[in-house]
Amino acid sequence: MKAHRRQPLYLAFLLHRLSGLGLALFLPLHFYVLGLALGGDAAFDRALHWTSGPLFKFAEFGLVFLLAVHCFGGLRLLALENLPWSNRQKNYAAIAVAASVFVACGFLLRAF
Amino acid sequence: MQTSESITVKVWRGNADGGQFADYEVPHRPAQTILDVVTWIQRHADPGLAYRFACRVGMCGSCAMTVNGSPRWTCRTHVNKVIDGNRLTIEPLRNLPVIKDLACDMSAFFDKWNRAEGRFVGTATREHPVAAISPREPARRAADAAIECINCGICYAACDQVGWQSDYLGPAALNRAWSLQNDSRDRNHATRLRAVTVAGGCQQCHSQQGCAAHCPNELNPTASIAGLKRMATAGFFGFARQLDD
Amino acid sequence: MTDFRLYIAQRLSAAILAPLVLLHLGVMIYAIQGGLSAEEILARTRGSLLWGGIYGLFAIAVAVHAATGMRNILREWARLREPWLALASWAFFGGLLFAGLRAVAAVVGW
Repeated sequence: MKAHRRQPLYLAFLLHRLSGLGLALFLPLHFYVLGLALGGDAAFDRALHWTSGPLFKFAEFGLVFLLAVHCFGGLRLLALENLPWSNRQKNYAAIAVAASVFVACGFLLRAF
Repeated sequence: MQTSESITVKVWRGNADGGQFADYEVPHRPAQTILDVVTWIQRHADPGLAYRFACRVGMCGSCAMTVNGSPRWTCRTHVNKVIDGNRLTIEPLRNLPVIKDLACDMSAFFDKWNRAEGRFVGTATREHPVAAISPREPARRAADAAIECINCGICYAACDQVGWQSDYLGPAALNRAWSLQNDSRDRNHATRLRAVTVAGGCQQCHSQQGCAAHCPNELNPTASIAGLKRMATAGFFGFARQLDD
Repeated sequence: MTDFRLYIAQRLSAAILAPLVLLHLGVMIYAIQGGLSAEEILARTRGSLLWGGIYGLFAIAVAVHAATGMRNILREWARLREPWLALASWAFFGGLLFAGLRAVAAVVGW
């Protein structure tokens, strides 16, 4: 990584942007699968059976992490831009990541 | 301190049309700064090397260059602090067009300063009493936190958004705008708020804080820009007090 | 839309999405145990005005938020210029809005 970017809040930005991009690209697939229910429960159910494999569960774990980290990081940004300035941005960014790992692991534990 | 005899310095040589790196072997001396290195090269290796400096004591900001990938004041950067093995790479500031070698064209930087209305506009005259502003007032403290900018351009060079979006006003211009928005003597608040919310305005900042990480005066333009966003958002939803202008 | 209006749209949609996403995370963690099945999911969502309303709002907000976010990425990283930038962004918004509301209709049974 270029030298001037090797600082934590650039990584926080990168994580926020890449998680958002990942989620945005996932959404059409998500909406497609849900939309299968229009064709009756069976079509929807068949698609959901794909999600029972362990590889899928890890993929879902990844998605849950992306959603959580984008949400918690986003809350940090909403606070940064609308509340009085805090110098603890690096701390909050770290807490956001930690909380996201916690949430994603909670999902993983229940998935198996 | 144990120092190796010489350091290998890669210096970017060229102009607006392009260029390449040239290698120089520079004697390594104790307490040597990057500016010392560049000066040695110009005096002993190649008098044609173009670079800027003025005060050489960390007050003017003229000597800002890219050192091993990061924008720094070269007069305040000790070789021993940044040397990579025994190699150094020195380039002109990022995000600004090059005039020659290590000297870049700061026009765009100052154009954006003007576009952001980075000028004080007052109506008081010598007949008026001095404005009574307590140093403890919140607005004064907000301005104080941002006011020490000497427009060296390091934040502008460190900002990725400046590189990604050509019309982005940049951290320095927006930081100055914020300090002026907090100056109760200024009479340009409404116009300035409009100026910093145009295309390329404060809303383009993604809060990476590269500016704050590199500012030699330890300013935080991201914090100033966040203040501008707050002001502009409040104004958008009608929560702001009526701005003069 | 002006740049600043797009910024407001993105932050506003973000503020709306925050509680909805937290709810959605909770729902996912609850629902994943024992695997996912159409029967379990649809039994709760079919005919539900509440879920329809919540996820309908979710779909609209996410279309705004994802499209404005994507616009930034297309402009800053893909260096897209007008009119392609506007075209791509509005197309993404329209596509997500349609697909999202369709998905809500599908699980609510409208």
